[in-house]
Amino acid sequence: MDFLRPTTWAEALAAKADQPDAVPLQGGTDVMVEINFAVRRPVALLDLTRVAELATWSEQDGRYRVGAAVPYSTIIGELGGALPGLAQAARTVGSPQIRNRGSVGGNLGAASPAGDSHPPLLAADAVIEVESRDGGVRLIPAAEFYLGVKRNALRPDELIRAFHVPAASGPQYFSKVGTRNAMVIAVCSFAVALHPGDRRVGTGLGSAAPTPRRALEAEEFLAGALDWEAPLDPAVLRRFGELAARAASPIDDVRGTAGYRTHAISVMARRTLTWAWHDHLGRRAA
Amino acid sequence: MRVSFVVNGREETADDVWEGESLLYVLRERLGLPGSKNACEQGECGSCTVYLDGAPVCACLVAAGQADGRQVRTVEGLAEGDRLDPLQEAFVECGAVQCGFCTPGLIVQAHDLLERVARPSDAEIREALAGNLCRCTGYEKILDAVRLAATRKADSR
Repeated sequence: MDFLRPTTWAEALAAKADQPDAVPLQGGTDVMVEINFAVRRPVALLDLTRVAELATWSEQDGRYRVGAAVPYSTIIGELGGALPGLAQAARTVGSPQIRNRGSVGGNLGAASPAGDSHPPLLAADAVIEVESRDGGVRLIPAAEFYLGVKRNALRPDELIRAFHVPAASGPQYFSKVGTRNAMVIAVCSFAVALHPGDRRVGTGLGSAAPTPRRALEAEEFLAGALDWEAPLDPAVLRRFGELAARAASPIDDVRGTAGYRTHAISVMARRTLTWAWHDHLGRRAA
Repeated sequence: MRVSFVVNGREETADDVWEGESLLYVLRERLGLPGSKNACEQGECGSCTVYLDGAPVCACLVAAGQADGRQVRTVEGLAEGDRLDPLQEAFVECGAVQCGFCTPGLIVQAHDLLERVARPSDAEIREALAGNLCRCTGYEKILDAVRLAATRKADSR
């Protein structure tokens, strides 16, 4: 096995181009588990922890560019105000030790349907910045990034550099079902983001389909049915839950049944929208 | 490959390290530091918690090569000579140690909490230790120990 240690982004891209089989390694919270259990024996590990820029974030004109290696603990500590849905999801990842190492870039690379950062990225219209030495930069909307169970839109020579997301323009919420508060792989999860300027609500489902996905029908329904000045109509809320559940196509597995997941998605959809709407009306009154 | 890093203030080098090897393996099997425990090897139990460049992490999930040139502090590096860290003393006094296997990880993780938060609430202690499993179900005495150490550390400041 090779252990590649680039110290700049250009070196990292060159290493990946020369050895497309190399497995990118950042916090190790997925890759090292597979190696420890001999599930995976990559020909090479591409250690990205020495590419310092990947662990930094910046903001310009209300848009955030967050490096792929920014750990969850930093997202919680520094980005909770601008990206509240993602920060809430980050708080549910593993344990403090895992949050010190794990990153959104790792979640995107693994592309597990249960990854906690996917639903809030989808709800907030995030765009993933990927790059290869020979193909240059591609900006891929989160909704087009997840292709299948643990499959994403990356080409073999590409690496994930950052994600871009606008600062929240309205309330955002994330909800996750699991057997305890820490160290839980989501049974299923749901995120909403209100976009009051566009009179639109973004959504994201986790662990309820082969890929993380938006509940598009539910979003379209809300865009037509919501009165942004008034309390939530219970009939609208109920229908939103039904349509969110209809977006799910879950399976039975060790963490839960398809029937339970479908039901839980409808409950979480109603809850998160209720919380967000409470904040929305509160802001209007303030 | 060769891996060199600073452990508990001392420069250490390990040779013939396999590229897929974990920091935990290097610490325990190559450097003779068995304090960090090897249990789940998947980041679930916290028994291998060490400081890596000042942040507590699961050593089983750090590739040895990633630690090259970095600073590592293990449970063996918390005492000053024969003087135990207040947390270690408190664990002994409160009976927070049963079989002892989870203890090193809990102590490093709680040590980090008390470095950041002088007087943590119970909720903060529980949250900080959420990734450290004790299968003797000794959590209440562990909480007692962290509270005691926090009080002593805060009072001595």
